[in-house]
Amino acid sequence: MADIAMIGDKDSVLLFRAAGLDVYFETDGHAAGKLIDKLAAGNTKVIFITEPVFEAAAQTVSKYRSSAFPAIIPIPDSRGATGAAMRSVRENVEKAIGADILL
Amino acid sequence: MAISYKPTRMEMSRLKKRLVTATRGHKLMKDKRDETVRRFITYVRRNKELRERVEKLMAEAMQSFVIAKATMSAAAVEEALCYPASAARIGVESTKVLSTEVPRLNYIPTESHGLPYGVLGTSSELDAAVAKFSELMPLLIELAEVEKTCNLLADEIEKTRRRVNALEYVMIPQLKDAIHDISMKLDENERGNLTRLMKTKDMLKEKEG
Repeated sequence: MADIAMIGDKDSVLLFRAAGLDVYFETDGHAAGKLIDKLAAGNTKVIFITEPVFEAAAQTVSKYRSSAFPAIIPIPDSRGATGAAMRSVRENVEKAIGADILL
Repeated sequence: MAISYKPTRMEMSRLKKRLVTATRGHKLMKDKRDETVRRFITYVRRNKELRERVEKLMAEAMQSFVIAKATMSAAAVEEALCYPASAARIGVESTKVLSTEVPRLNYIPTESHGLPYGVLGTSSELDAAVAKFSELMPLLIELAEVEKTCNLLADEIEKTRRRVNALEYVMIPQLKDAIHDISMKLDENERGNLTRLMKTKDMLKEKEG
């Protein structure tokens, strides 16, 4: 099993297989959550996940927020960035500092 | 009053010690909070920069993949990519940023150079798309590292801030109040004792005189 996994719809993530990542086709939030649990138990270090799935599986994602591994990172899918990932960056800032200073 | 105490000297010196510890802890926590925030800001700036870059490059790579798919049949694309390349690995270390454990990731590219499929039956557009995605990988790994660090630091800052506030607005005032109360009670006892002695002395004098 590779250290890096990729979860998303087929069109977006298929090519990452050529880069040597473990690629899983999953768009359903619940199933993606289960998959993340499985990968985390299997010692995967980084999980890239497309933004729509990231939002759908938010519950599972938040579970792994405070542990160092696996790092679950949202990436834009084939339809481009939805802004969900940037929003989570901003949420971090607001949580830590109390105001959005990035603007 | 949350702190229960008996108005004795022993208790007062105990509370005073606790106050000293609390004050020192408060100062340390405050310093930790300030430094974590400072580092968090540099990390989060980099995080934003990286994310913007990744989003831009990703869009480009996706576009080239769309073109590649247009030049080949969907089945052929899938067939070309169904055999996985040798697994990419990442070197994992963890360092500490102010006692918060954060990951350090090093991208180790796949050993096999070139493409995981043969040139026959695949288009050069697909090669270009694969090359673009492979180029993107180190950047993605860096993003993963920075973003995770930001997540962890944000959590830590929140926790530290709660501790600072709890010490500053609850613990320390309560201890100060308790110490003040005890010293008032002890003083009152002292005065009571003194008046009793004076009264007794007066009574003795009257008896003699």
